[in-house]
Amino acid sequence: MLELAWLIPALPLVGFVVLVLAGRRLGEPAAGWLGTVMVAASFVVSCVVFAGLAANGGDPFTQTLFTWIPAGDFVVDIGLYLDPLSGVMILFVTGISALIHLYSIGYMHGDPNFSKFFIYLNLFVFSMLVLILGDNLLLTFLGWEGVGACSYLLISFWFDKPANATAGKKAFVTNRIGDWGFLVAIFMVFFTFGSLNYADILPEAGGLAQTTATFIAVMLFIGAIGKSAQLPLSVWLPDAMAGPTPVSALIHAATMVTAGVYLLSRVNPIIAASADWVPDLIAWTGAITALAAAFVAVAQNDIKKVLAYSTVEMLGFMFLAVGIGSYWTAIFLMVVHAFFKALLFLCAGSVIHGMHENQDMRVMGGLRVLMPVTFITYVAGWLSLAGIPPFSGFFGKDEILIYTFQENKALWVVGMLAAFLTAVYIGRQAFMVFFGEERWHEQMARLAVVPPGAAEQAEDEAVEALGEDATDAQVEALVASDAAAGDEVIFHPVPEGFRPHESKWHMTVPLIVLAVLSLVGGLLNLPFPKSAHFLEEWLAPVFEGSATKLTLSTGTIVIMLVVSTVVAVVGTLVAAYIWLQRRVEARRLEPALFANAWYYDAAISRFVGGPGTTAFEATATFDATVVDGAVNGVGGGVTRAGQALRETQTGYVRRYALAIGVGTLLMMAYMISRVVA
Amino acid sequence: MDGVDAGYLVLSAILFSIGAFGLLVRRNPLIMLMCVELMLNAVNLTFVAFGMMLGDLAGQVIVLFVLVVAAAEVVVGLGIIVAMSRRRPGATADDIRVLRG
Repeated sequence: MLELAWLIPALPLVGFVVLVLAGRRLGEPAAGWLGTVMVAASFVVSCVVFAGLAANGGDPFTQTLFTWIPAGDFVVDIGLYLDPLSGVMILFVTGISALIHLYSIGYMHGDPNFSKFFIYLNLFVFSMLVLILGDNLLLTFLGWEGVGACSYLLISFWFDKPANATAGKKAFVTNRIGDWGFLVAIFMVFFTFGSLNYADILPEAGGLAQTTATFIAVMLFIGAIGKSAQLPLSVWLPDAMAGPTPVSALIHAATMVTAGVYLLSRVNPIIAASADWVPDLIAWTGAITALAAAFVAVAQNDIKKVLAYSTVEMLGFMFLAVGIGSYWTAIFLMVVHAFFKALLFLCAGSVIHGMHENQDMRVMGGLRVLMPVTFITYVAGWLSLAGIPPFSGFFGKDEILIYTFQENKALWVVGMLAAFLTAVYIGRQAFMVFFGEERWHEQMARLAVVPPGAAEQAEDEAVEALGEDATDAQVEALVASDAAAGDEVIFHPVPEGFRPHESKWHMTVPLIVLAVLSLVGGLLNLPFPKSAHFLEEWLAPVFEGSATKLTLSTGTIVIMLVVSTVVAVVGTLVAAYIWLQRRVEARRLEPALFANAWYYDAAISRFVGGPGTTAFEATATFDATVVDGAVNGVGGGVTRAGQALRETQTGYVRRYALAIGVGTLLMMAYMISRVVA
Repeated sequence: MDGVDAGYLVLSAILFSIGAFGLLVRRNPLIMLMCVELMLNAVNLTFVAFGMMLGDLAGQVIVLFVLVVAAAEVVVGLGIIVAMSRRRPGATADDIRVLRG
């Protein structure tokens, strides 16, 4: 059964190729069904392969398909590496991808580029599976770049709006910074081990010099924070919400962004061999990112932006788990997060669809009656993310917090605070969207409230901030970044007598499946009894030797669980008190600092617009004078020498003949002199 | 080596010098071509003379090669001269200077 593994990435690839060749002819909805069926088939094969892997007791299995790069000592194969970790990953990636493909058939209905969307989606699934299943770092990197490219293409899928195209570019450029780290790590691994295969390097990692291991681990960490949107490279993920909502659910919540966590988990022996500060760095990066993102999520008004910052936060929790060495909890949260965050995004998509493409939560409200299926499924995702038992998010997050409590109390406090804010912001979203009074009729009135000349004012502020001699492009960039981070409301006019409506079955079926998964996902690994630690047992061989052991007593764990539950419930109640009952002026709890994401984007814009531009210009000048000067100088010298020599080329045949004659005489004289001497 | 054999070499040296001198001083392309031929044949004479003196057939073989090359050269050279005179009757070798790059 394991031999079928090659089919898992091959099926989406076939779908991609067929759609590229015949996508337009297939049209809607056949192109979507083809893509969906291919990914669903891949899921079925994954189940079969997983069963085979389980029957073998999780022994790693390598399938080499062919040699990719045979270059002397440097040989890279196209091969698949199946172990418990990649087994879990392929299951949830293909499963959720199939559901989101199905959802997309409904969501992308009527889009002129319907088939193109599925081309990209299938290519994405293929790349993601290559990333997961690749048996060497280079193949993983290939998938890594593949998902990055698909992410770029899908974020700017509606590229006729400049903001979407910009968001795509931002994601791409930010990811490049991380990819640099990944590439350097690959070079270093090859330099050290002479091989890139996981099967060769992972068992050997324990014998690494600490400096080497530290270097590799830090470089891979840089790659991981780029892909998984951790500070300081977190800026691209909120903007990535410019893409269609299924893309946000699939790529920017469930699968691609978890690639960084997957990579760090994969190379756990290298992290274990590195200096002590590396895991601390990972854990603190994750914890601080989680807290910062949670604060920001409380003040966002765009329904998808809340979920985007929430994703950044949850990825922060996963990094925290990796940092404290409880790798399997990171994978656990990754899986259940994929369930409930994909669900929340798909619900958000359903709401946006029902609300006539409006995304601002301030114009929603009371939707629970009008969109019952979306509402009920959303509740599963909401309570899961908030961490209310028995929903899966509770177990996922609390395993991490329990381990953190054992390892580092300060990190635990940060994590608990973030968990509390999670319950608050997702409660806020739930109450603003589904409860309370219907607010979408107010929007015409709200439009009138926006003062005329607001745009000019924003521009004046930007000019003030940058100084008078700022160029127009810089001002525009700053205005755009402020607007992107800030408070701007984009209304899509709705027809008279508009009522939000429930979505079609294509969209509701995935919601229901994901809601059920969110509800029962905790069964993968219940804290009690010990025999219910399925995921931990299953993943144990992968993390052997580098994983942290849980030594807390049962009583402590129970107390931890109770504390977490209380925090989640209190957070939800606080949200209800503020945003449902409206006892407190909510605006005061949503300061501009958080609404603008700590002004991090604006700070980057300002930096790049000011000193950054100066530095770039200095580099350009250096390039033009020194580098180009050297090149042009050589060229100019040759040209001048040629011009000087051209003078001898008079065109008089007789002169050439004379030159030949004189030359011959000189040669003869030389030879004769040699002979005589 | 007797006087007669040295005479061949002297004669070929004289012929070569006449050809070279003519090539350098005349401007009529046809005359110049004839001078080149004269030089070639002077060299041929040298080859044959040395072949005889040293009893080596190679000298005569090379002459055959030179004749073939000279024939080819004359074809090209006369072709150029004819084309030139058609385009610009009475042109001298110096006038070809305008073709210079």
